Amino acid sequence: MTRTKHSRLPKSDALIPVLMILPSLIAIAIFVYGFIAWTGYISLTDWNTLVRNLDFVGLSNYAFLFQDFRFQSDLRNTVVFTILFIVATIGFGLLLAMLVDRRIRAEALFRNIFIFPMALSFIVTGVVWQWILNPTTGVNLILQALGAAKGHLPKWYISTSIVPGISGGQIELGIPIALIAVVIATVWQMSGFAMAMYLAGLRGISDELKEAARVDGASEWTVFRRIILPQLHPITGSLVIMLTHISLKIFDLIYAMTGPGAMFVTDVPGVYMFETTFRGNHYAQGAAIAMIMLLLVSLLIIPYLKSSLKEGAS
Amino acid sequence: MNKRMMLLAVFLVLSLLTAACGSSGTNDKTALENQPQTNSDSNSKDSADSSDADTAKKSVEIFSWWTGAGEEAGLLGLIDLFNQKHPDIEVINAAVAGGAGTNAKAVLASRMQGGDPPGTFQVHGGAELNTGWVAAGKMESLNALYESEGWMDKFPKDLIDMVSHDGTIYSVPVNIHRGNVLFYNKKIFDDNHLTPPTTFEEFFKAADALQAQGIIPLALGDKEPWTATMVFEDALLGVLGPEDYKQLFTGEIAFDDAKVKDALEKTKRMFSYINEDHAARNWQDAAQLVANGQAAMNIMGDWAKGYFTTDLKLQPNVDFGWIATPDTGGSFMVITDTFGLPKGVKDANSVDEWLKVLGSVEGQDIFNPLKGSIPARVDADSSKYDVYGQSTIADFKQSSLTPSLAHGSAAAEGFLTQVNQVMTIFVTKGDVDQAAKSLRDAQVSSGIVK
Repeated sequence: MTRTKHSRLPKSDALIPVLMILPSLIAIAIFVYGFIAWTGYISLTDWNTLVRNLDFVGLSNYAFLFQDFRFQSDLRNTVVFTILFIVATIGFGLLLAMLVDRRIRAEALFRNIFIFPMALSFIVTGVVWQWILNPTTGVNLILQALGAAKGHLPKWYISTSIVPGISGGQIELGIPIALIAVVIATVWQMSGFAMAMYLAGLRGISDELKEAARVDGASEWTVFRRIILPQLHPITGSLVIMLTHISLKIFDLIYAMTGPGAMFVTDVPGVYMFETTFRGNHYAQGAAIAMIMLLLVSLLIIPYLKSSLKEGAS
Repeated sequence: MNKRMMLLAVFLVLSLLTAACGSSGTNDKTALENQPQTNSDSNSKDSADSSDADTAKKSVEIFSWWTGAGEEAGLLGLIDLFNQKHPDIEVINAAVAGGAGTNAKAVLASRMQGGDPPGTFQVHGGAELNTGWVAAGKMESLNALYESEGWMDKFPKDLIDMVSHDGTIYSVPVNIHRGNVLFYNKKIFDDNHLTPPTTFEEFFKAADALQAQGIIPLALGDKEPWTATMVFEDALLGVLGPEDYKQLFTGEIAFDDAKVKDALEKTKRMFSYINEDHAARNWQDAAQLVANGQAAMNIMGDWAKGYFTTDLKLQPNVDFGWIATPDTGGSFMVITDTFGLPKGVKDANSVDEWLKVLGSVEGQDIFNPLKGSIPARVDADSSKYDVYGQSTIADFKQSSLTPSLAHGSAAAEGFLTQVNQVMTIFVTKGDVDQAAKSLRDAQVSSGIVK
């Protein structure tokens, strides 16, 4: 029916949709792509004081960053944090979804309890977990009451150890223990979201399929591995994309919860960018960090866009 | 059934997603920008009105980071005084929260760069003013104001130099804080029969004795790294003395000099006496350790005194004592809050009136007792100050004044952020040679060495 309506439209009306999206196209062209280009340009200049200085210096801001202890630490932290955060969130989210999917009583209540942290802003989460995991006032008091020796309590986000701590130039490579505290906070916040996504997926798998497998003698584990997991595959894909872009751009949670941390064990590019730009007035350096972050995110988003465009076309 | 559930779940996810995005986005923005934004709106509206009709209300917007207990009271006291003198001028208090002005400076930078300067703003005298806004050509000369108010001999010459560039004065100092103060818990020192240390030697001896008693000798809260930088700058001043200390920032002494390395060694040794959870604490949390007797000493600017007396209700000279940091007895690490006149302010006359109140004896004696600082003027009424204030006013007149690095008076912000980064690593790693090398690199790259 819509098709017949379309074909009756006069030719000039084809212009109207274009006109309708033109304002937002122009706004996006200027305020998104224009400013990206401007940032890219700034990152190649010598504007590293309050006084604007647009002398072209090539890639020297980038060269500085890659030799910088702090930025090297940031890159290590980003990689470690992204992996830990995604694996833990997806694993925990799937577990919660399976549990809630048992058609238990008060299912809606549990669902809401698990999703609720998502409604909070990262700043709130950061402040709350800063106190919960504070080594002198937080959860350590409970551990102490349970009998843990004072010297063996976890140091949470103030720990400066990096495991296994392989020397990699100036910095040590490995998992900064302090980041685990941050991962706990983010997983607490985001695993409800992963659960909701998986729950939707689980409800989409027809019971007949599972029953058929069981009739064929498959164990519950085999049903899970061979029937359920493959059916959830597209959801896992979308989750990975969404969670990765959250973790690459993370700023507010870390800023509120730990700050850069001793020896930059919890620092991330976003925090460095903010501090060097607006506190140190190193505008060009900040712009260079922004461009590197954009590159990292686009490495992830562009393949995703490509594949989803292909799907849309076919 | 399945389909309905799935739709429901998807809807739920989407609505939560937008809610979360919306809240995290707008919350941060409002927290940081809301106040100055609305203020600037009303400011520009007012000034637009006043250009249309002279009868419209005049206004002055005051930008600061004075939101803490004592400092906010001081600012409100000043505004009250101003309102009595100029009931026709509306005062807009555009304060942005955050210790040491770190958030406020970010907001200020974007407003100044965007051509929307506040009427007047808080800026530390010294490099923060001179290599920042003055070098950027964004400040008006205040020489005429100083002449007409007769201020040239009312402020110490060293201080006027700190707010001047090539003979032109750019701001009015309202207060003085001392940066090289060691606060100590009087009871702990008395119980252990210790005298407050005046030299590094005595400091380390006392620290060893305290550690043996199971007391944390030195409290540090370096969640924000400038507190560690303060310990370092005081060690620098102690080792180098005031003249050499100042030459570090003119490039005459290199930051990898043997004396700087000596100061780094002393700093490193001091850091070996700190509380384990220093990275989780801010300066107030560290001062609190001294207040409640868990730690013995704390190196902090004398705003900590305001925190002790106003917030924690402690008695100076009874509950806590103070002394200059090791080997800096004859020096005074100056942190001065000043206000200037940016270019492009629509109602500059009202700002002038505000600066006159700020620089007056009356204004300084209202503000400083509340804030816990001492007046910048030499002729203020010292009887209005408590025992700490009076002893500091006396010290201020006799000591050689040195600009604080940690608070942006000694060198440009760009250098300071790099020093803060070096200290963040140094507190944990304690690598003297690496720290000296990084400091030297920063000294060169930020243009201190020509």
